[in-house]
Amino acid sequence: MPRISPFLSRADRWGSYKARWGIDRMNYRVDPGLYAVGNPDDKAPVLVTANYKMTFDRLREALPGRNAWILVLDTRGINVWCAAGKGTFGTDELVSRIESSGLSRIVSHRELTLPQLAGPGVAAHLIKKASGFKVIYGPIRATDLPAFLDAGCKAAPDMRLKTFKAWERSVLIPVELVGALKIALVVMPPVFVIDAFWRAGGSLFVGLSHGLWSVLAILTAIVAGAVLAPLLLPWLPGRAFSFKGLVIGAAAALVFAILRQIAAGWPDRLQVAAWFLLIPAFSAYLAMNFTGSSTYTSLSGVRREMRRAVPLQIGAGILGLGLWLGSHLL
Amino acid sequence: MNEFVYLKDVVTLRLDQEKCVGCGICVTVCPHAVLRPVDGGRKIGGSLEAGRKVEIGDRDACMECGACSRNCPVKAVTVSTGVGCAAAVINSFFGRKNASCCCTIEPNGTSGDEVECSSGTDRPACC
Repeated sequence: MPRISPFLSRADRWGSYKARWGIDRMNYRVDPGLYAVGNPDDKAPVLVTANYKMTFDRLREALPGRNAWILVLDTRGINVWCAAGKGTFGTDELVSRIESSGLSRIVSHRELTLPQLAGPGVAAHLIKKASGFKVIYGPIRATDLPAFLDAGCKAAPDMRLKTFKAWERSVLIPVELVGALKIALVVMPPVFVIDAFWRAGGSLFVGLSHGLWSVLAILTAIVAGAVLAPLLLPWLPGRAFSFKGLVIGAAAALVFAILRQIAAGWPDRLQVAAWFLLIPAFSAYLAMNFTGSSTYTSLSGVRREMRRAVPLQIGAGILGLGLWLGSHLL
Repeated sequence: MNEFVYLKDVVTLRLDQEKCVGCGICVTVCPHAVLRPVDGGRKIGGSLEAGRKVEIGDRDACMECGACSRNCPVKAVTVSTGVGCAAAVINSFFGRKNASCCCTIEPNGTSGDEVECSSGTDRPACC
């Protein structure tokens, strides 16, 4: 039986940091099975969790000075909530893991504490029927576990509500940024080349300057849609994420145009119009994709939002691209 | 909590109060307190007071995660579940299962089973 520490090492923190940037994130796992924290006896609580290492670390670092069993399910390296949504943190996996770990011989009681967000995957009444263990849904956040256990497994009302505060949103930004930059890396070289060598009108310096401004325009859209939209989410107008992204994208396009005016003079009108279409459209798309990282969007809602937003994004994209290419011909 | 409410009148959450036995598990698992005891009754000892059924409070706060329907022992709560993730919708539209997002959405599903996953992905909360 592996005994684990409730204290994280530098390597653990570095691993979490890398995963936040999407580096090797899908292979950041611990082995499924039973672990001990402290010196648990047969009456110690059994805490069930996922085998995403970041999840596992969040749980154990909440348990200094406590004795508990940790039962890690095989969720293929995915966190509790998402794994529950897909069913890998599910009834079947839990029942078979109880069996394979020999849990019923190790503890004398018949209770399991699950994170509340396992709910979408686990049917508590079926666990009881299949294994004899009673499921107790604990708090959403691991940091609330000590208070929950001390209160005799009673959750205060706020422990049951999934929040989406500024810091909870901001830790998601790196992965959003990495995803957006992957798109940008494909788009930026041709844009830069077209600008720098086609528009130039002979002057290499003028051409390069145009190319750099276009690259800057794309980065502006990414900052708006993948950084500012998540951060400012509750304060941006509208309910649909794509609309929020459109608003912040339009604001960013304005700032971009003003900066360009100050730094390099007003470019031709066609190009300004193009960026006023392209930046908000790309920003709206990126913000729309943040629905997948948010904690309160429904699939029905996302589908409704996309039915209206995606055609507009595509339309604005094509029109913007046409104007941008056209501006090179005039 | 109502700092965040998504689109209005779109969610598929349904409650058949006739079937409800008042066990209160749905009240416990709902991460947005959408389901609540009728008359705001207090929960006692992990279950509702005898005979007290649940009701839907703020419907629009429902995110269709399906925790309530999965755990309801008498199938009184139903919801068409799925992950509210635009990238997953795009992936399913193109029939991709191993694209940039780990989640894909299978058509016509009504339980949590419709969300299928693959590894090799990018998204944080959607997976």
